[in-house]
Amino acid sequence: MNADPQMLWLGAGIGGILVVSSVVGAILKAVVRTEGGQATVANLNARIRAWWVMVLVFGLALALGGLGLVVLFGLLSFLGLREFITLAPTKRGDHRTLFWAFFVVVPAQYYFVKADWYGMFSIFIPVYVFLFVPVRTALAGDCDGFLERTAKIQWGLMVCVYCLSYAPALMTLRIAGYDGQNAKLVVYLLAVAQLSDVFQYVWGKTLGRHKVAPTVSPSKTWEGLIGGLLTATGLGAALWWATPFSPLQSAGLSLVITLAGFFGGLVMSAIKRDRGVKDYGALIEGHGGVMDRVDSLSFAAPVFFHAVRYFFT
Amino acid sequence: MIARALVIGSIRILTGVRVGWRGTEPVTGQCVYFANHTSNLDGAMLWAALPKSVRNRTRPVAAHDYWTRNGVRRYLAKRVFDAVLIERKNVTVSTNPLTPMLAALDTGSSLIVFPEGGRMEGSEPGAFKGGIHHLAVHRAGLAFVPAWIDNVNRVLPKGEILPVPMLGSVTLGAPIHLEVGETREKFLGRARSALLALRA
Repeated sequence: MNADPQMLWLGAGIGGILVVSSVVGAILKAVVRTEGGQATVANLNARIRAWWVMVLVFGLALALGGLGLVVLFGLLSFLGLREFITLAPTKRGDHRTLFWAFFVVVPAQYYFVKADWYGMFSIFIPVYVFLFVPVRTALAGDCDGFLERTAKIQWGLMVCVYCLSYAPALMTLRIAGYDGQNAKLVVYLLAVAQLSDVFQYVWGKTLGRHKVAPTVSPSKTWEGLIGGLLTATGLGAALWWATPFSPLQSAGLSLVITLAGFFGGLVMSAIKRDRGVKDYGALIEGHGGVMDRVDSLSFAAPVFFHAVRYFFT
Repeated sequence: MIARALVIGSIRILTGVRVGWRGTEPVTGQCVYFANHTSNLDGAMLWAALPKSVRNRTRPVAAHDYWTRNGVRRYLAKRVFDAVLIERKNVTVSTNPLTPMLAALDTGSSLIVFPEGGRMEGSEPGAFKGGIHHLAVHRAGLAFVPAWIDNVNRVLPKGEILPVPMLGSVTLGAPIHLEVGETREKFLGRARSALLALRA
């Protein structure tokens, strides 16, 4: 992998985008005078700084190969689940179920991914863990709000662990003529999903007028959505050379990633709105918590994985 | 201190704890942090959440009987937290809990105390015991900083041994001092209100 020129180009491209963003951020900081504008620019610059850190961490994991990705996403799942469960009020009776969720289910799921055991990692949580969670809670004996509490833990494991684990699982796909190059698919998925988020934000901030779902998220606008989808789909199509797809196929898959990602962001916003908070946490400066950053990825990863698996393997 | 770094690291991984000051600039001088008590992990979490320079001269006050019951606890109390252990039960003149606390204050250490004397039931702290008033009387001008600990009871509820990760937070408020002529009841009431005011 270390000599794959396409990977180097992807890296150079991402580095280039970050450099340009930082320069633009610095110029905006010097130019913008209004108080509200300065706050927006300060948040923008915090986000860009955090992007540098996230890209460097991801690059490091990538350099360590499949194991690096599994460890990184396993850690993100752990931190994401921690944020999710903190927000979803569980009860005393859930304590031991939660212990299993954090310290057994998360490592096991990522172990199955690393072991390339498709038949297990693709059903472990939706079958075995989904059945185990209510059993363990029932054994603890507290029936008050049982269904609701069970659903919270199941759903947390679904979005924070199961869905997210599909990103490193891309390493296990066997695509003819693409052996040993799957790391580029992970970069592709992350790049398209995150660029879609970024461009929805940019188009929304500049042109946004009409809200998609005003009761769920005031920052999601039709202008941002359509602009972000088109831009990210175009950029995704333009990355076809690093993938096993033709330009048209790449555009189609990018559209799938961006749409799934948008719905992921929407659903996770609805959960935040229900709990009365703005962010899941404060781990990543300017972005909020881990789940604020990977909400779109968590919906996009499994859909992208299964689309590629169905059509290309 | 590898054990110390390990304990602090584990607490951070479990609780992602953050310290925030409300309504005041951070206090860095000697003081007594008084907090609500919800979990056995409280003292450790507040201690681990403090900035390193402050933490190094801050000692949690803890029950002698609990923390000397076995070797692991003794090790943690002595080597990791550098706790000030006080007698809760058979208090005599020679085991007066004030003596070790005052001695620690005299060496320049700050203290972490839980003035309820037990873990709170429900969402409000119980009435404060007189300990912090005694400290205030014996050391004039000593600052008392309220510390509201949130969500740690879900990390390690009463009766559980294994912790579960959960985001927790510590909110610190403006220090209060014993005023001239202030009665014990008034001071304790004022301290409790200052703590309650930090509740989110």
